[in-house]
Amino acid sequence: MTDLQIPTTPVPGNLVLAPVKQSGLGEQMKAGLDAPICLTWELTYACNLQCVHCLSSSGRRDPRELTTAEAEAVIDELERMQVFYINIGGGEPTIRPDFWHLVEYAVDHGVGVKFSTNGSKIDADVARKLAGMDYVDVQISIDGADAATNDAVRGEGSFATAVAAMEHLHDAGFGEFKISVVMTRHNIPQVDEFKAMADRFGAQLRLTRFRPSGRGADSWHELHPTDQQQRDLYHWLLDRPDVLTGDSFFHLSALGEALPGLNLCGAGRVVCLIDPLGDVYACPFVLHDEFLAGSVRDEGGFQRVWQESDLFRELREPQSAGACASCGHFDACQGGCMAAKFFTGIPLDGPDPECVLGHGEPLVEAADQALRPVGQDHSRPTPVKFLGRK
Amino acid sequence: MDFDAGRRYRLHERVALRPEPFGALAYHYGNRRLNFLRAPELVTVVESLDDHDTPRAAFDAAGIEPRRWPSFEKALASLAASDFLVAA
Repeated sequence: MTDLQIPTTPVPGNLVLAPVKQSGLGEQMKAGLDAPICLTWELTYACNLQCVHCLSSSGRRDPRELTTAEAEAVIDELERMQVFYINIGGGEPTIRPDFWHLVEYAVDHGVGVKFSTNGSKIDADVARKLAGMDYVDVQISIDGADAATNDAVRGEGSFATAVAAMEHLHDAGFGEFKISVVMTRHNIPQVDEFKAMADRFGAQLRLTRFRPSGRGADSWHELHPTDQQQRDLYHWLLDRPDVLTGDSFFHLSALGEALPGLNLCGAGRVVCLIDPLGDVYACPFVLHDEFLAGSVRDEGGFQRVWQESDLFRELREPQSAGACASCGHFDACQGGCMAAKFFTGIPLDGPDPECVLGHGEPLVEAADQALRPVGQDHSRPTPVKFLGRK
Repeated sequence: MDFDAGRRYRLHERVALRPEPFGALAYHYGNRRLNFLRAPELVTVVESLDDHDTPRAAFDAAGIEPRRWPSFEKALASLAASDFLVAA
């Protein structure tokens, strides 16, 4: 989810190793930093799409969303904390009437912005404006390399919209924008096509893991990759260290050589999420009370939540390997993704539901689906269902 | 260009450093890369490079023992390779 890629060793020159012997970088990251490295801020729950796998169950704006003044105050605070850049998402963030104002406000205060969009507001004029802005990066989301595959997940016409936005950015000379794809059972066979598409637009490809979060919980059983697909993807990624992953596939490192990245769950340690209401969660994939650390509206603001909340302190303590303690691969996969476990009903010290050694699957099957935790929901009243490809 | 310990370097003007318990995080707003400066002395050296004719003079001024210079040079070379340091 992040996209500072944080290579450990495979990418030369991007990690300055200590001239003195110290404990591993991973250990230091686990203990938490003074400010997050990767902060996602969802500006609104409003969205003109209704993707079946939406991690935040977005659709309708929430009347309690932060006002412009409150959002500016958050940016002021991030500037003081030296948060280098933020990932803005939603919902569809460009729908917020003050979106461009907030982007400019952040940049003017030394906080770089990368925003994720479905592309619907990126016309030729906007693309030219973006191309002239420093410190702004754009990420266009698609979920299929063709309209049929994409639109089955993201809705009718969404592929054409996204591709038009990419063309506008390319024509405007924006440079290296990002194309972001959530890996599903239907689009993993298309990874080469996604790469070719990114190359054609001079863009960077970013592939991330599909989690059973938000509406993703309802479509997960149908859309999550097969075991063989996970293996194929692992080898494909190992061969292409230039493809960004937001460090999201670290559970695949149990297959052998570690993928580039920190290979650990960054929730509450180097990563967190601010939702449209100003609530602070441990990561973008756990919009649930269990992982709510506080609010930017509380006294002490975001900084106090990040540095002092009980939840984040707990997440920075050494975690128990639990059921995985006896597995020889725990050091590689660290037990996998907290969100993936939580929303499939697996204990947090149990294996990842997509454990490559197969330890997760029986637990998913055994979990009582009726008791599965449900996150908050801003979906529009119409049912959202994966309809299959045409 | 290869790193040359005999010439003057400075931090790229678009790089920001954020102090952390282990040293500092460095972020390059231009190429959007992140680096970890994993020793407080390395942070001191990086911040003072522009005040000295050569990196070695900066090591000396920071009180770093000569036997540790090669590892510091390696760290600086790595920073220069990702454009965090530029020849002044």
